[in-house]
Amino acid sequence: MTDAAITVEGVRKKYGSKDALDGLDLTVTRGTVHGVLGPNGAGKTTLVRILSTLLRPDAGRVEVAGHDVLTQAYAVRLRIGLLGQHAALDEELGGRQNLEMFGRLHHLGARRARARADELLARFDLTDTGRKPVGAYSGGMRRRLDLAASLITEPEVLFLDEPTTGLDPRGRAEVWDSVRSLVDGGTTVLLTTQYLEEADQLADRISVVDAGRVVADGTADELKAATGGDRVDVVLRDAGQLTTAAALLPLTGVRVDPDRRLLSAPVTDRMAALSGVVRALEVAGLEAEDVALRRPTLDEVFLHLTDRTKEAV
Amino acid sequence: MSTSTVMNTVTNPATYALTDSWTMTRRELARWARQPVAVVVNLVFPVMLLLMFGYLVGGGRGVSGAYLDYLVPGMLALTMAFGLEGTMVAVTRDLEKGVVDRFRSLPMANSAVLVGRSAADMIQSALGLTVLIAVGYALGWRAQGGAGAFLGAVGLLLLFRFAMLWIGIFLALVAGKPELVQAVQILVWPVGFLSNAFATPEAMPGWLGTVVQWNPLSQTATAVRDLFGGPGGEPGHVWAAVAWPLALLALFFPLAVRRFGRLSR
Repeated sequence: MTDAAITVEGVRKKYGSKDALDGLDLTVTRGTVHGVLGPNGAGKTTLVRILSTLLRPDAGRVEVAGHDVLTQAYAVRLRIGLLGQHAALDEELGGRQNLEMFGRLHHLGARRARARADELLARFDLTDTGRKPVGAYSGGMRRRLDLAASLITEPEVLFLDEPTTGLDPRGRAEVWDSVRSLVDGGTTVLLTTQYLEEADQLADRISVVDAGRVVADGTADELKAATGGDRVDVVLRDAGQLTTAAALLPLTGVRVDPDRRLLSAPVTDRMAALSGVVRALEVAGLEAEDVALRRPTLDEVFLHLTDRTKEAV
Repeated sequence: MSTSTVMNTVTNPATYALTDSWTMTRRELARWARQPVAVVVNLVFPVMLLLMFGYLVGGGRGVSGAYLDYLVPGMLALTMAFGLEGTMVAVTRDLEKGVVDRFRSLPMANSAVLVGRSAADMIQSALGLTVLIAVGYALGWRAQGGAGAFLGAVGLLLLFRFAMLWIGIFLALVAGKPELVQAVQILVWPVGFLSNAFATPEAMPGWLGTVVQWNPLSQTATAVRDLFGGPGGEPGHVWAAVAWPLALLALFFPLAVRRFGRLSR
């Protein structure tokens, strides 16, 4: 048994004349959470649909849980769970009824399907609302039930397609907690998201996808380090001194943000840059509210990477 | 790990075709149990039409004999035709919400999605026929052809509904969008009314009468009238009422199945 729960090699998918996936490669290690990050239309959902056997790729090789999605689709389906972009539940039925039905469709048999539904309701803190129709659930509850429905048989690999899109912050936190607890159980999770924070919070590794290809791959820290490295931020007390300071400080490529009274610049030698900035401020008698070294945010990484691919085209 | 989790050893999902179809049928029945008002409204609607045309609009141009004897079989056939819309709405909803996607990602027999739909819709239609026939009896309408003919008539009506069902599934899979469902919901009226459900084609202008006569709905209505022994029936028309739905099925069943398979394209 290999170490990879998901292997994707050179996968292509065209819709009409548009390339949704343009030779995408991806490997996800067993028992990890892999974030697929990209803007709308990058090909994230197409990728999830191919991985979950819903869509046939035009070219390339895809293996999930050790089985080929084209030739062994049924074997793959036995081992995966899918949480699509919209809650795929029957609004008129109760939460328990929904789970029971999915249990039956997994061929657990009536009694085990019922027992499993109760287990999952308890695990996702939905026992009290099990009889209520799903239509009356809050967004976060609905998503939790949806997640429970994709875990009927403790899948080896779980696909979450933008699991928190459209949820309020509380619902999002609820779903994040649930996902974290899953990983403790050894499930491999592939998660697509537009939210950088979500990838940063949940994923062990992140693939940044743009225009149907992976444009960068690594841990959140690696990606941050790969994009221009560290920065120094200086916040001045007086916005009027920003221009003067920008010219004075021993930095290149300074970005000025007047609203936040902020100067920001990339640095290579962290300590030298920091002491240089402090000394220059002192000499010029400029009052700083804050001077700090920081890693780039994932936002900056993301914009940097997706802009670069657009320029290349 | 949970104790209720099992590893499945079956390698071919077709083994589950029957169980899964039954699960899908039960899903629909459970939905109805949860929304009794909607179910009642659905059943009452054709009754309302029957009362409206029988007593308010009235007449029945060109009909010899009691209008009710002409109208009740027509309404039965019309109700079966309108079922197309219900099927289309339900399939579209499941496609839109990603429910069909989830089903397709499960280790279940995929055919059960469509088979379950058909079974549930046929049960609902049989129930609809029962209610409408009961109301007809209460109003004084009587089937006069004997038990065999009666069952034959019900069989023809359900066969017609079955053909409408697969047209509905096909249209939903092709269109798959609520806007198109609305278009069909509107179009089903003129198509339903361009039939002999309410009036005889002989009483209509020539070209219209021809269109009406060729409407598959008219074929079923005429045959059913014959079997019920009322006015407007034509002996020997049963074959047309068998042939038309079968022809429609021969066309739309494979088209729908192919379209369903193409969801993975």
